[in-house]
Amino acid sequence: MLEFLTEFPSLGRQDLSSFKQGIDEGFRTFSRANGEAIEAFFNPLLQFLIWFEDVLTGAPWPLVIFVIAALTWFGARSWKITTGAVISLLLIGIFGMWEDTMSTLAMITVATSLCVALGIPIGVLMSRSDRAQSLVTPILDVMQTIPSFVYLIPVVMLLGIGKVPGLIAVCIYAIPPIVRLTNLGIRLVDRDVMEAAEAFGASSREKLFGVQIPLALPNIFAGVNQTIMMALSMVVIASMIGVRGLGTQVLRAIGNQYLALGLMNGLAIVALAIIFDRVSQTYGKRLQAYRETGHG
Amino acid sequence: MAEVHMTETVPCADAGEDAPKVRIKGLYKIFGETPEAVLEHVHGGMSKPELMDLHNHALGLNDINLDIPARKIQVIMGLSGSGKSTLIRHLNRLIEPTSGEIWVDGENVLAMDDKQLRDLRRFKMSMVFQKFGLLPHRTVLENAMYGLEIQGVQAKEAEERARKWLDRVGLAGFEDQYPSQLSGGQQQRVGLARALATDAEILLMDEAFSALDPLIRTDMQSILLELQEELHKTIIFITHDLDEALNIGDRIAILRDGEIIQSGDPQAIIMTPADDYITDFIKDVNRAKVVRIRSIMKAPANSQGKPVLTTDSIEDALPKLHRSPSKCCPVQRPDGSVCGNVTIDAAIEALKAPESEGDDVRYA
Repeated sequence: MLEFLTEFPSLGRQDLSSFKQGIDEGFRTFSRANGEAIEAFFNPLLQFLIWFEDVLTGAPWPLVIFVIAALTWFGARSWKITTGAVISLLLIGIFGMWEDTMSTLAMITVATSLCVALGIPIGVLMSRSDRAQSLVTPILDVMQTIPSFVYLIPVVMLLGIGKVPGLIAVCIYAIPPIVRLTNLGIRLVDRDVMEAAEAFGASSREKLFGVQIPLALPNIFAGVNQTIMMALSMVVIASMIGVRGLGTQVLRAIGNQYLALGLMNGLAIVALAIIFDRVSQTYGKRLQAYRETGHG
Repeated sequence: MAEVHMTETVPCADAGEDAPKVRIKGLYKIFGETPEAVLEHVHGGMSKPELMDLHNHALGLNDINLDIPARKIQVIMGLSGSGKSTLIRHLNRLIEPTSGEIWVDGENVLAMDDKQLRDLRRFKMSMVFQKFGLLPHRTVLENAMYGLEIQGVQAKEAEERARKWLDRVGLAGFEDQYPSQLSGGQQQRVGLARALATDAEILLMDEAFSALDPLIRTDMQSILLELQEELHKTIIFITHDLDEALNIGDRIAILRDGEIIQSGDPQAIIMTPADDYITDFIKDVNRAKVVRIRSIMKAPANSQGKPVLTTDSIEDALPKLHRSPSKCCPVQRPDGSVCGNVTIDAAIEALKAPESEGDDVRYA
């Protein structure tokens, strides 16, 4: 009797292991049967990733720096941020991390674009139906909190090691903020404004694109910003399954206790993060310039 | 569609008036989980508090019947919670009724499908809101263009028309500002310009001036009356302010607890309030300004004074009555024909508010 209270009455060792084996076996069969089809499905994405990385690493470095500086200027309209970005890129190059940085940049750009392209429509859907919201929210919770190593396992089982599984792992981790903030932004749009649009006979399309999305843009942009930051924070983990870039070097540094190597590559990631963050934040702020003036 | 509507004759106070532009028949709105199920209790005469206590449903509108004439300003007045904002939102179906009928120009609004309804809102009815409802991310000009854009008017023409209306409401020069840069009164002018720009025949105004300072409010009332003199739109104006109602209303309907308790000519409401509630409501009105001579005149008789007009207020007429040797003046219509006379005693008598018989029922 006492034993029942002190020892949790768990399933027997035998039952448990056959339970786990069942699941593993089932998934293995599934991935054996469908792995190739799924890989073929992701092939265009892989080609695009490879192409984009080649463009970034292959292009002359002054051109790349110029393009990034120009984008920074158009996004932020600030000399401070633009100069900061150029200096960081130059330092990265001087310390011999140019190629790795370009690989990481390619990865982050593609991952973020994918997250935005998928996340905004999902967020819009969530904002329009409470059922969708109650369905998607717990999934997002899981995606944000589950240790990333856990979903690396099935992804690797399905697709092996390489860029695409890395990309998927990054997206799983990075997509929740954009979805959440799109949903929130649209739900926060002033009811009076929506009623006015309705009273003038706006269709739901006109309401979505003419009122809801423009007014939710500051929130959506905060989501994009968060998504980029989270994608960057995933590069080291993604490098464990074969994504080349700054993360690979950090991983090497961890394995061999190379303090300087780890620090340099880590700081390069930080530099990228700061550039992305400042640019997207100031751009988001500029979008809501109309809120800041006059009689609030 | 029209024949259904036209077969019924409309009792009209003034002869020669057209068929009503908007008619509301037997309209009920109940808020709650199963409004249809408790509707029969309301038909059976259950009151608003009873319905809340016994069935947990709120009675929003209770058997509203109202004919709204074309090209006039119909004011719907009531205190907060009386259902007036609910009522006006039924006209363009921002709120769906529980039961009843709404006809606009002989068309059944409740039978419209989504597209017809959108067209009604785009072309026939526009709306001005208490909280303005401007699009904060668009400039003043772009806001004024909004209705036209939804109508599908070409950008160039829309801009031209929007500019014209902004100019009419006194906002020329503000086109490129954002709403947040304007004062409340200016924002509501944008709201008015946006509503007028669509050329809709019917203008719904939901407490349009209630959020404004008193001076600006009277200012806006004058702008509206000036525009109306030229535009002759059918305006349905919601307010909780009796002075505002008397200032702009051609007709007034008073709403309490979702029921219309008196409806008609503003003069009739001041001179013969239907019940103690309304008596109480009107007791603080400045009667010298709002009571018109036509409400207190008698049949023609000999009188020596200078003529007064039917549309004069008591305040306008008193000096003439005082100067008249017989303390009695002839009354003329605006066209000059004499139609009665008025004595100074009648005028003074009319300054006294009717007294309510019962207790103070105002806050019931």
